[in-house]
Amino acid sequence: MGSSSKTLAYLRTEDAPLLPPPISMVGIQGWVLANLFPTVGNAIVSIVAGAFLLWFGWGILDWAIFSAVWSGDNREVCAVEGAGACWPFVQSRFAQWVYGFYPIDQRWRVNICFFLGAVALVPMLIPSVPYKKWNALFLLIVYPLITLILLTGGHFSMSSSSFLSALSILALAAAFLPLLAFGIEEGLQSNRIGLALAGVGVLVWLASFAIDFGIVRTPLGWLSPGAIAVAVFTGAGGAIGIIQLRATGDPAAKAALRNWLIGAAVLLGLMAILKIDFGLQPVETSQWGGLLVTLVVAVTGIVASLPLGILLALGRRSNMPIVKTFSVIFIEAWRGVPLITVLFMASVMLPLFLPEGVNFDKLMRALIGVALFSSAYMAEVVRGGLQAIPKGQYEAAQALGLSYWKMMSLIVLPQALKIVIPGIVNSFISLFKDTVLVSIVGIFDLLQIVTTSSNDAKWASPQTAPTAYFTAALIFWVFCFGMSRYSIFMERRLETGHRR
Amino acid sequence: MTAVSDAYARPKVSFWNDPKIRSIAVQVFLLLVVGFFAYEIVHNTITNLTKRNIATGFEFLNKSAGFDLIQSLVEFTSESSYGQALIAGFLNTLMVSAIGIVLATILGFIIGIMRLSRNWLVRSIATLYIETIRNVPLLLQMFVWYGVVLKSLPGPRQAYNLGDMFFLSNRGLNMPDTIFGDGAWLGLAGFFAGILGAIAVRTWARQRQAATGQPFPHVLTGIAMILLLPVLGLLLAGWPITFNYPVLGGFNFTGGTVIIPEFMALLVSLSIYTASFIAEIVRAGIQAVSHGQTEAANALGLRSRPTTRLVVIPQAMRVIIPPLASQYLNLTKNSSLAVAIGYPDLVATGGTVLNQTGQAVEIVMIWMIVYLSLSLTTSGFMNWFNARMRLVER
Repeated sequence: MGSSSKTLAYLRTEDAPLLPPPISMVGIQGWVLANLFPTVGNAIVSIVAGAFLLWFGWGILDWAIFSAVWSGDNREVCAVEGAGACWPFVQSRFAQWVYGFYPIDQRWRVNICFFLGAVALVPMLIPSVPYKKWNALFLLIVYPLITLILLTGGHFSMSSSSFLSALSILALAAAFLPLLAFGIEEGLQSNRIGLALAGVGVLVWLASFAIDFGIVRTPLGWLSPGAIAVAVFTGAGGAIGIIQLRATGDPAAKAALRNWLIGAAVLLGLMAILKIDFGLQPVETSQWGGLLVTLVVAVTGIVASLPLGILLALGRRSNMPIVKTFSVIFIEAWRGVPLITVLFMASVMLPLFLPEGVNFDKLMRALIGVALFSSAYMAEVVRGGLQAIPKGQYEAAQALGLSYWKMMSLIVLPQALKIVIPGIVNSFISLFKDTVLVSIVGIFDLLQIVTTSSNDAKWASPQTAPTAYFTAALIFWVFCFGMSRYSIFMERRLETGHRR
Repeated sequence: MTAVSDAYARPKVSFWNDPKIRSIAVQVFLLLVVGFFAYEIVHNTITNLTKRNIATGFEFLNKSAGFDLIQSLVEFTSESSYGQALIAGFLNTLMVSAIGIVLATILGFIIGIMRLSRNWLVRSIATLYIETIRNVPLLLQMFVWYGVVLKSLPGPRQAYNLGDMFFLSNRGLNMPDTIFGDGAWLGLAGFFAGILGAIAVRTWARQRQAATGQPFPHVLTGIAMILLLPVLGLLLAGWPITFNYPVLGGFNFTGGTVIIPEFMALLVSLSIYTASFIAEIVRAGIQAVSHGQTEAANALGLRSRPTTRLVVIPQAMRVIIPPLASQYLNLTKNSSLAVAIGYPDLVATGGTVLNQTGQAVEIVMIWMIVYLSLSLTTSGFMNWFNARMRLVER
């Protein structure tokens, strides 16, 4: 064998150089070959699909840009044969689409709301920005308050009896504080008299539904003796509860007292701020419209549906048969009917449900309908997350001695909500799209105002309605597409421990 | 025994710390609160209704309606009662939902499969479709179809004409009406015979394949039987079918039958919108079948088509069907948007009756009961179906 190498004319002693892959496999050419023309059939499909895309894309571009009319004062510029989109119409109406019939000199108030919302929301959405807790607090408590006052004008008529009711509720809570601080057994022992007084207060309140106590003039304004009696009894109960707590000096008691004080300050402060006259011109909700109403309905629905939905989902998973039954009935009843019937119900039946003298305006009624409807959907999404958490997590939490609410808020819900973020955002998206249905019960949301203004005789042309709907669709699309992209981003970011 | 169980018995807990007592207390409290609200609502409603002099009860359903419906599957005139109006509306809801479900399923499966295509352009078209349609409100799309697309069609005189049989104009789609003469029952009999025959062939083909391994093209045979036997029946009866063609007379068509623009707009927008959701469900379902299944099928020597048909699709269907059913339900509920374009479905006719009679409580109750029973029936069926289809594990 050793001599054979001498007989060979040529022997390669090193590897051949590595060649680049064939040009048909890499780069643009390779990609095109692999993705568009791998077989004859595929090539034909590609050509047809490409031609369709080109034709379609060109059609849209030509209509929206190249053949479009860009300036003019009335219908004559747009009613030309072969004209594309009628942009001057949109330009002249766009402010109305955003603000509705909000008084023109007051539009700065809406602008402040939009601006503050954006400024608070953007850092909330970017995960790396700190102070999330304060940001959330601002978004969920301060911002709605500012918006409410700015948009309506504030200066709500808050009668002295409503302050009295608030005080009664706070006193009732104070009467139960010892139970919270010392546990039920000891709390009952220590505040027997206070609880008894508060109980009498509640009984008087209940009795006021059966007996008409009439109304008397007091230094505070018109009040019913029943309300005063309720306030006196619960107030006495609450005072005794607080005295009990202060007497012990126990850290748990101090914490309970502090939380109660914060709650009381926030509640009374909110009521006082709503009552203050800031000198803003009042604007009825019937003057709101356009994108403003769409956003108000969507944001209220989103903010209200999440906590309600979580409660309903917990209720549905509860071991208590009555809680479970009520939750199931509530969820299935709302989910089984179309939103339109819910809105009709809110607009024609809600006034019948309320006692005489209590009245919600049209927008408020629609908001209630939307919030209840979407909370049922949210409940099902959250329930999916709760079911996906392994039983071991529940059992481990219980083994550590956590109470039900601690187990849920510290162990189960953080994991469950993380899993269902895509589902939550999906229901936000469908809620956002569903807000257009309020137009059917006569609220001037974006779609309604766009439809109405496209029927305007001043701009009547074959291209007016298409341009109007195109713009509205684009606005909705930007919001919904943005939300869905954000949900995908968050899903990827939060995907930590569940991938095995 | 008792000694042991006593030793492991729970320690005596005080009355208020007993979880059982607590749970009963919570539930009693909830019951009281809900009861209070229910009482308040009923009480207020009755007070308000008596104050407004609105009679309660369903007697108004027998009164004459006094309005016409632009489309009805049953005989309906303005002398018909409110009850009949609601029934006609309900039938319209059912019809538009049923046809919409079929169209949306077909379109949705096509788009969903396109989304998985290896061809980049085809995939992009599907993605473009889904991302556009899903993110724009259905009502807006419905307005576009009704107020822009169908309104811009030419009038009856310049209608798009297909073989002098189909005319598409802004009055709707006019098409021939089929008139069945004597002996047409033979065609119907042929149709049922075809269905029975197809089932019989399928059973036989399966048994034969189980016994011998020889496949038989039973699907094609079945389709052929269902299509050809009615024709044979009609031929035997001497082809007793005539068509009533629409004819342009004056400003509109006479004769034939017409699909009104409201119905078309509703149907098209519902199908297109729901199809975008179904497409995503189909894609997710197919992707949920693990690649190992396809590889295993290939290793067994199955070709691409039998792999798809026998391995991938049956497993994908298990994932697809539950969300598909909820999309069908959504489509049915969304058909209530008809009220916005004036198609007389259950909600639209109910709304008219409500405006005329003021019987808000009764009408809303009827709506809720009808839609709730539709939903509950569907979800009951789905639970049964899921239980049947569930993967039986060891």
